[in-house]
Order: sequence, then structure tokens, then C-alpha cells
Amino acid sequence: MAQKTKRAMTGAECSAEAMRQVNPDVVAAYPITPQTDIMHAFAQFVADGTVDTDLITVESEHSAMSACVGAGAAGARTMTATSANGLALMWEIIYVASGLRIPMVMNVVNRALSGPINIHCDHSDSMGCRDSGWIQLYSENGEEAYENTLMAVKISEHPDVLLPVMVCQDGFITSHCVETAETIDDETIKNFIGTYNPHYPLLDVDKPVTYGALDLFDYYFEHKRQQLLAIENSKPVIKKVFEEFGKISGKNYDFFESYMLEDAERVIFCSNSSAGSARVVVDELRAKGEKVGLLKMRVFRPWLNEMVVEKLKNAKAVAVLDRSASFGAIGGPLFMEVRSSFHESAHKPSIINYIYGLGGRELDLDQIRKVFSELEDVKNGNTGELLKYLGVRE
Amino acid sequence: MVEEEKLKGWKDVPIGGKILEAGNSRKYKTGDWRTFRPVHKPELCTNCMICWMVCPDSCIKVGKVDDPNKGKKGVSNNPKLGNFGGFDLDFCKGCGICAEECPFKAIEMREEKEFKEE
Ligand code: SF4
Ligand code: SF4
Repeated sequence: MAQKTKRAMTGAECSAEAMRQVNPDVVAAYPITPQTDIMHAFAQFVADGTVDTDLITVESEHSAMSACVGAGAAGARTMTATSANGLALMWEIIYVASGLRIPMVMNVVNRALSGPINIHCDHSDSMGCRDSGWIQLYSENGEEAYENTLMAVKISEHPDVLLPVMVCQDGFITSHCVETAETIDDETIKNFIGTYNPHYPLLDVDKPVTYGALDLFDYYFEHKRQQLLAIENSKPVIKKVFEEFGKISGKNYDFFESYMLEDAERVIFCSNSSAGSARVVVDELRAKGEKVGLLKMRVFRPWLNEMVVEKLKNAKAVAVLDRSASFGAIGGPLFMEVRSSFHESAHKPSIINYIYGLGGRELDLDQIRKVFSELEDVKNGNTGELLKYLGVRE
Repeated sequence: MVEEEKLKGWKDVPIGGKILEAGNSRKYKTGDWRTFRPVHKPELCTNCMICWMVCPDSCIKVGKVDDPNKGKKGVSNNPKLGNFGGFDLDFCKGCGICAEECPFKAIEMREEKEFKEE
């Protein structure tokens, strides 16, 4: 029987705690705000000898991801963490990790990309990795970052998947704020994670293999086709891992999680910490009898469009909240996914987009109330601008 | 290009471009990358085998120990030592290092198009 402990922890501490329980073979990382708190806490575990991890302190994030790829290819259970510009510096190797099919888990503490330079939360960093072939999980709070990090290991290492996973949480808002988080005992987690059987590891000298050979027009496309299948395969695997972990934690996890959605006419779709704020406003408006609801995204890649359609099929007006911009596009990245998910549907709600919170601009409850009140107009047929901005000064 | 072998479909190749067969670079003939071809001038060659040492692609073949040149013009008489035995043109990329390093100017780099009819 799983033993659960409630403690006051920051989001960063939650991720580090998950990493401690995973006890990875190799962690290679470079400090960057606001990720540093994760690695700070984890380095303490290494120093105290509570984990067996080989912690490689490298000279840049490019090297951190390179070391992770090398360790992963060798057959090590590998983890790292980064934010914003650090993730950008990893860019080249991010694609190598997924392209060479190397399982690993990386906590991404979401922070705005420069420039102008900014250290606070938005999702421009991980959304920029949208097409990199990594699985992406998003966390509303520290407890979810803890759970997602643990589940990510199992998803990543599954033989049908073998892809790296990013676990995202909001910089400072989640990573540095203390909340009550429930963790599960070491033994239960150890059994849940299980042992790792790497796929053709370099260190298996009886079966010599080559990683990273030149792959030109004759086979590169075939390898990408396999990668497309792998991320497709991850859908049932993620579902299964969610169910399995749900039995331990007693909670329900899904690609998209509904709140008061049954009869909701006006719905906010969002991810990470904003879901917490939206939930407060949903409660407030529900108390007044208004039919409002929330759909929170936990998994961005792979995108389960049928589930979005199923969950939003009764809604009349939906506002998709994007904490990053896709410059020159119809709207933010989440908006484009939600909107195109409905392309084949006969019944579709009116869907509008709000870009909000860039560079750590606070999303307060009044902004969310404003969204719900504007959705009333949308519901009545006055869609207005498809793309709106929330919290920017005119 | 890969040696005479039917290209496989995406379901039949190892994932992630992993190569599970040791030493299969033999099947990947890189000789067709060549622009310049090394040409040997036996009259100048002393069989010092410096070209063999410096070739980055191991494309200098070692000739038979009973080479008729044995004992001639500074060529070692040691029956155990091999002699210059030609170029492996399946893999020679035409880098010209052998020609540059040969102390006796016994290798000349010539444009590949001169050999087109062959
Ligand atoms: S380096 Fe020149 S002389 Fe020496 S073996 Fe090679 S071709 Fe002959
Ligand atoms: S040209 Fe270069 S590759 Fe070819 S035999 Fe000479 S050294 Fe080797």
C-alpha cells in the first residue's frame, strides 16, 4: 500500500524529489534560472549520497544535452533540466536525442526566451520544441511536476516509444512558490518505475552497434517515418501509464482534464499554472449559476485531437489561452491545435485565442473573468477578433 | 552508395539509424565521392610505404612479398615485407594526402574524368 506524505514544497523541489526517487544513472546539467533550483536540490542528494547518480557538470547546455545523449546511448537512465535560453542552446542536440531514439526525461521550467532578456514565465521555450519529436507533459503545480516526472520515465523507456520526454512547469510561479504537495513513498515509486532495459546500448560490447551514422536521402526519411510511428505509439502507452500511476496516487490523469465541463457553454482551454487560476474563477461563476468550465492540457505532444473534440463538443464558446506567440500565424500554438482538431466536426464551438502572460506578466483573476465575459458575446455570435491579447497595456 | 542491395522499407530497418552490424562500412563504397584519382609511377616508387601509413581511408594495398621489384632500386629484399600494391579505388576519396606525402613523387593526382571510359 502506497504511503503518501504531504509537505510544503516548491515546484523545483517536487521535480528534484521525483528525480531522487528515480535515482537516474546519469544527470548532466548546466545552471539557468529558474531551473537552477531543481539541480541545486538534486546536487544535494548527490552530495549526500542519497542517489547513485553520476552528476556531470558541464560547461553549457549544448554540452549537457550532448552528455545526456551519450549517456542514453550507452544505456544509462538519464535525466536533466533546463529553461529558456538554456533549452535554446540545446536545440541542435534536442533533435539528436529524439532522432536517435534515446529515452530521457528533462524538466523544463518554462521561461521567456530572449530578447529582450527576461527571466520570467512564458511558454516560448518549450513551444519552440513543438516539432522536435519530444513528448511534452505540462504541470499545473509542483505536485503535478512530481507526478509527471515519474510517469515520464516510464513513457520514455517503453519499447514501443523510446523517445525523450519534457516535463514542463511554470518558471517562478510554480518552480519557486511553496505549496502543499503529496509525494509517494520510495518503495512504491521504485516498483512503479521498474528496471530499465535499454535498446541496443553501446555498453553491451557483445552486441556492437553504431549510433549517429550518416543517414542520407536513402534512409533518413524511413527513420523519420519510424519516429512518427513512435510518437503515435506513445498515445496508448501514456494512457496506460496514467492509469497505472492513478491507481497508486488515487488521482485521475488524462491528456486533457475537464473541470465543470459537463454542461459548460463557455470554456477556457489552458495549460500549467493558469489552470489553477481559471479554476478559481470557474468556481466563482458557477456559484452564480453561470455555465462555465475549464479544459486543462496535460499532454501537448502527442496531441489527442479526438479527445479535445469529445470534451469540448457541448461547449458553445471556447477561449484558448496561449502563453506564447507564434509570430505571423493565425494564433498561438495551442489555439492552432484546438482549432484544427475541430476541422472534421459537424458541431464546433466558436473558438477564440488569447495571448497572455508573456515574459511573466501576471494572469490575474480579473483577466480570466474578462475572458469569460467576452465569451458570452462569442457564444451569442459576436466572435469579434479571433486573436486577442490579455494583460498587455494599450 | 550502399552496395548492390535493395533499399528496405521503414518497418524493416533498425530505429534511430542504429547500425546493428559491426564493420558494415565495407558495404558503403565511398570511392564515388572522388574528384581526383591517385596514379602510381612505379619507376619512382621505392616501396617505402609512407603512403600506406598516411592514407586516412586505408586504401593503399600491400602488394605481394614476391614482387618482381624486390631488391631493385632501394626496394627492401626482406621476404616478409610487402610492397606497394595499388589503390583500393572502391574507398579512395581522392584526398591526395598520399601524393603530397610521397617523398619520391611517385603518386600523381589526376582528374577523375580522364578515366571515364574505364
Ligand atoms: S610513399 Fe611513394 S615511394 Fe613510398 S610506397 Fe608510397 S608511392 Fe611508393
Ligand atoms: S588519395 Fe587519399 S584516400 Fe586515396 S589513396 Fe591517397 S591518401 Fe588514400
